[in-house]
Amino acid sequence: MSVDKDTVRRVAHLARIDVDEAALEPLSKELSAILSFAEQLAEVNVDGVEPMTSVTPMALKRRQDEVTDGGIQDKILANAPDTREGFFAVPKVVE
Amino acid sequence: MGELASLTLSDARDKLRAGDITSREITEDCLASIEAASELNAFSQVTADKALGMADAADARLKAGDAPDLCGAPLGIKDLFCTEGVNSQAASNILTDFKPQYESTVTSQLWRDGAVMLGKLNMDEFAMGSSNETSAYGPVTSPWRRPESNTPLTPGGSSGGSAASVSADLCLAATGTDTGGSIRQPAAFTGIVGVKPTYGRCSRWGIVAFASSLDQAGPMTKSVRDGAIMLKAMTGHDPKDSTSADIAVPDFEAALTGDIRGKTIGIPKEYRLDQMPEEIEALWADGRAMLSDAGAKIVDISLPHTKYALPAYYIIAPAEASSNLARYDGVRYGARADLVAADGVEDMYQKTRAQGFGDEVKRRIMIGAYVLSAGYYDAYYLRAQKVRTLIKRDFEQVFADGVDAILTPATPSAAFGLGEVGGDDPIQMYLNDVFTVTVNLAGLPGVAVPTGTNSEGLPMGLQLIGRPWEEADMLNTAYALEQAAGFAAKPDRWW
Repeated sequence: MSVDKDTVRRVAHLARIDVDEAALEPLSKELSAILSFAEQLAEVNVDGVEPMTSVTPMALKRRQDEVTDGGIQDKILANAPDTREGFFAVPKVVE
Repeated sequence: MGELASLTLSDARDKLRAGDITSREITEDCLASIEAASELNAFSQVTADKALGMADAADARLKAGDAPDLCGAPLGIKDLFCTEGVNSQAASNILTDFKPQYESTVTSQLWRDGAVMLGKLNMDEFAMGSSNETSAYGPVTSPWRRPESNTPLTPGGSSGGSAASVSADLCLAATGTDTGGSIRQPAAFTGIVGVKPTYGRCSRWGIVAFASSLDQAGPMTKSVRDGAIMLKAMTGHDPKDSTSADIAVPDFEAALTGDIRGKTIGIPKEYRLDQMPEEIEALWADGRAMLSDAGAKIVDISLPHTKYALPAYYIIAPAEASSNLARYDGVRYGARADLVAADGVEDMYQKTRAQGFGDEVKRRIMIGAYVLSAGYYDAYYLRAQKVRTLIKRDFEQVFADGVDAILTPATPSAAFGLGEVGGDDPIQMYLNDVFTVTVNLAGLPGVAVPTGTNSEGLPMGLQLIGRPWEEADMLNTAYALEQAAGFAAKPDRWW
């Protein structure tokens, strides 16, 4: 499987990572190499095999649906790059 | 300097309890050793004041009697663990200045037992790497060198700072995490013991997530006994991690009798690689003989899907990483890129992630986004998850046939020089995990034990893979192997 420059551009956008035009070509080679390596999986007969969704056979625990913490706004905001009036602040989202 | 820092956890415990030494003395010796070893770049941050405060509290507790095993033992903590009020950056620029407001469950249990935090340890960025070269702090240099050579060697990765600092006696032991081999490979490269427990044994709460279905924390120590002691403190059920197992934690140390008579050890034929160095082949044969001499029954086994473990891993781990690392968006924590007035929220995401993530992390996020995207999900991700089922089934089959543990090499070679592997070809670096990654995919426990050195005097290790939840039995086999191998090499101090 080879990944072309347009695909890299699309994937970079999906991943929300700015990629310079000049970096697209080398990235397409690197990503192609990794995906070619994974091509080996096509040899395996997986007919009737269930995909693994749980590492160990255990039922997820349940608990009462109740508030167990809160009231820590200052801690939540402590590491934010920008805050205003108790909120996270971001650049303008709507025109 | 360095005499107390070179103690094992078990020796330190006995001397502390006897009142022969104090935690403050060991801690001061570790801090002096760390300062003298700045060339190794093993620590990303030293928390000296905190360490001395914790040491004094431990000494008071020891004096009062009935102190836990780890009370007073100075440890290094991989930068992947969130430590309250102390920078925790996963060796990434995107988490610059991130100070967690909470403590990870694993580290909180270590402090509960009186252990002392010396500081945070360097690692590959977000634990993505096998040589510690992807770190935003710069690479760690191994304390080991080839004879008559100044070439800096890798301590392995991603827990490279942990491996280097334990091996160089900067701390008594360290925490690591293992997603594809990140505890066991660096342990093997530096001549120490590294334990990756069964998936679910250690809580993942407060550990920066890489690939959630594969990540497990574990101890990196100077002996198997130390691994058993520290593992006990790190494990146990945690309601804050829904995959944490609610089953009893045994006394791992009490299981170390060294008696493995009647145990069945499997030797998987698929782990014999074409281009494997003869020294690794010989090491493996020696290990087999040691376990046989100790009374174990050695049987040849087959794990037919081994070959597909690495390709499956390099689909599954990046897929999970692309999802986990979506949270680094410059809004809630970490660094935000400098923006111009015209930039909108989308520009903020894209610039922040472009500046904050290193190349290997970007590659993996993009691979993950690709294999999860419409049109490719079935061909890549779903197929890899099915292959993962088959890999796990291989192990279930041999365990059902009566195998107690599996013996393999830990790594396909001894440590390599910084800059020698990878470059334009990321796959070359990925091949380091060929013997360890199956264990993560199947959720099993594994341990790397140093058993020999190569012709250049560099350490090499063997891996034992245990049945799920049977770390105690696995560690006892590792103990027997350690006793038989008698590995005692130490790096010559050049730093």
